[in-house]
Amino acid sequence: MSSVLQLLLEGERLDTAQMAQVLGMSESEIEAELTRLKAEEILLGWRPVINADRAQEGNVRAVIEVKISPERDGGFDRLATRIARFDAVESCFLMSGAYDLLVFAVGNDLRDVASFVSERLSTVEGVLSTATHFMLRAYKEQGYLLLAPSDGEDKPAVSP
Amino acid sequence: MSDNGQHFVADHVKGLPRSGIRDFFAIVAAMPQAISLGIGEPDFVTPWHIREAAIFALEKGKTSYTDNLGLIRLRREISSYVEDNFGVSYHPETDVLVAVGVSEALDIALRAVLNPGDKVLYHEPCYVSYSPSIVLAHAQPIAVGTSAEDQFGIDPERVEAAWEPGCKVLMLNFPTNPTGGVTERAKLERLAKFAIEKDLLVISDEIYSELTFEGEHTSIASLPGMQERTIFLHGFSKAFAMTGFRIGYACGPQPLIEAMMKVHQYSMLCAPILSQEAAIEALRHGAPAVAKMKEQYHRRRDLIVRRFNEAGLNCHSPKGSFYAFPSIQSTGLDSLTFCKGLLDQQEVAVVPGTAFGPSGAGFVRASFSTSYERILEATDRIERYVEKLSKKA
Ligand SMILES: Cc1ncc(COP(=O)(O)O)c(C=O)c1O
Repeated sequence: MSSVLQLLLEGERLDTAQMAQVLGMSESEIEAELTRLKAEEILLGWRPVINADRAQEGNVRAVIEVKISPERDGGFDRLATRIARFDAVESCFLMSGAYDLLVFAVGNDLRDVASFVSERLSTVEGVLSTATHFMLRAYKEQGYLLLAPSDGEDKPAVSP
Repeated sequence: MSDNGQHFVADHVKGLPRSGIRDFFAIVAAMPQAISLGIGEPDFVTPWHIREAAIFALEKGKTSYTDNLGLIRLRREISSYVEDNFGVSYHPETDVLVAVGVSEALDIALRAVLNPGDKVLYHEPCYVSYSPSIVLAHAQPIAVGTSAEDQFGIDPERVEAAWEPGCKVLMLNFPTNPTGGVTERAKLERLAKFAIEKDLLVISDEIYSELTFEGEHTSIASLPGMQERTIFLHGFSKAFAMTGFRIGYACGPQPLIEAMMKVHQYSMLCAPILSQEAAIEALRHGAPAVAKMKEQYHRRRDLIVRRFNEAGLNCHSPKGSFYAFPSIQSTGLDSLTFCKGLLDQQEVAVVPGTAFGPSGAGFVRASFSTSYERILEATDRIERYVEKLSKKA
């Protein structure tokens, strides 16, 4: 894996100059590598990992199991992409097992998500059924624990 | 007498230095806003699967004493770990002792082998406990200096020159706290020959061995003729980020482990069982987590060394451990003055080299067991501090 990408994945917020320092590269080398990663669509974006419970009141998330009928040309791809394009859809995966697509959806409130499911998602031609599960509480988000109290206060500031 | 009991304190304890360093530590402790590069332990918390194993053991009611030598299951794991990683084979039944950290292992090793007045060679700068532990065993410490020119590896010639009649033990610690120094195989071989010639027992503290960034770590115990005269000390505090578990071990020839066991049995009884259970998990499944932490230390090392040199402080690249040991001689200040000024003016804590013995004069220890961001911020501040100093001069 590219060292730049590895550093990004470690999750510390560093600007280009700092990344250059950490990796012992020039800033232009870092820029070039970032440009390459974006151009090759390895690096898609820079969204922060947030604790949604704290950041946005009233934000509702749901996972939706979706059964769709595959098509003669392209299987699930066309329909999956079509569903994935909705703004309410955060992520969308083709799954093995009892259903076809797992959709992560977000809305301002329960009704928002419900209407997305009933009016948008279920009405797409080729969608056979949906099962919606609302998320109640997040415990871990992309590697970050949300509820664990973090205290390092017992550790002495200097030790031998 | 109204000295509050002072006159009861034993002479050799009275004589132990309580240097200005402790006072310096107290100042740092009172400044929570300062960025500390003074921490001698991993910034990582113990990997979850290891913590989970300890919780599970507690749940199962593992709250008893264990065999004095430690759980046999753990000693078996230690035996195969040491054989796989250091190339030395120890019998789990007789040659391995589980202790309360390398700290205790070191203490009981010294107490088990030293008679009053015996002499112990050790290299300096070194871990703060070495000289006091020798004194507490009623023996006499003889320091052998290591220097920046050798990147703080040991020069066998200096050991040979420091030797005098009555020397019984040679203590080694590679990679070294506080310098990150290592000693290449050829020099270890020469030391081994010398140890055999002078009939020295070697106590080798290899607690940082997993955190060796360049070259392969060689244990002196693995050299021909050395296993029978080496006590190998290792632990879980550093590589597995388990300082608070207080667990480590000693491996050595059966008569020596037996002697250590007596001291251990009558002073400590055994290491805590929960920590022993956690240690078993660490040895069985901890390698990927260790590798991941090591990778981060490696990058942090490269960063901090580069930044020190850019800041005008000459700094060799430590081959192991998580400490950089830059020279501050260019500033003209002594170590303690440099550190106090840095803390005072820039709120960055590093440890004066003299905390690790007189031969640490002119150096400071900076731990890179912290985030990139803090390393960058701290070294920026150090750069400003050094700049100001040079303007004044
Ligand atoms: C060289 C050295 N030996 C031993 C120790 C103590 O290790 P433990 O936590 O296993 O007692 C340390 C801790 O800083 C150390 O640096």
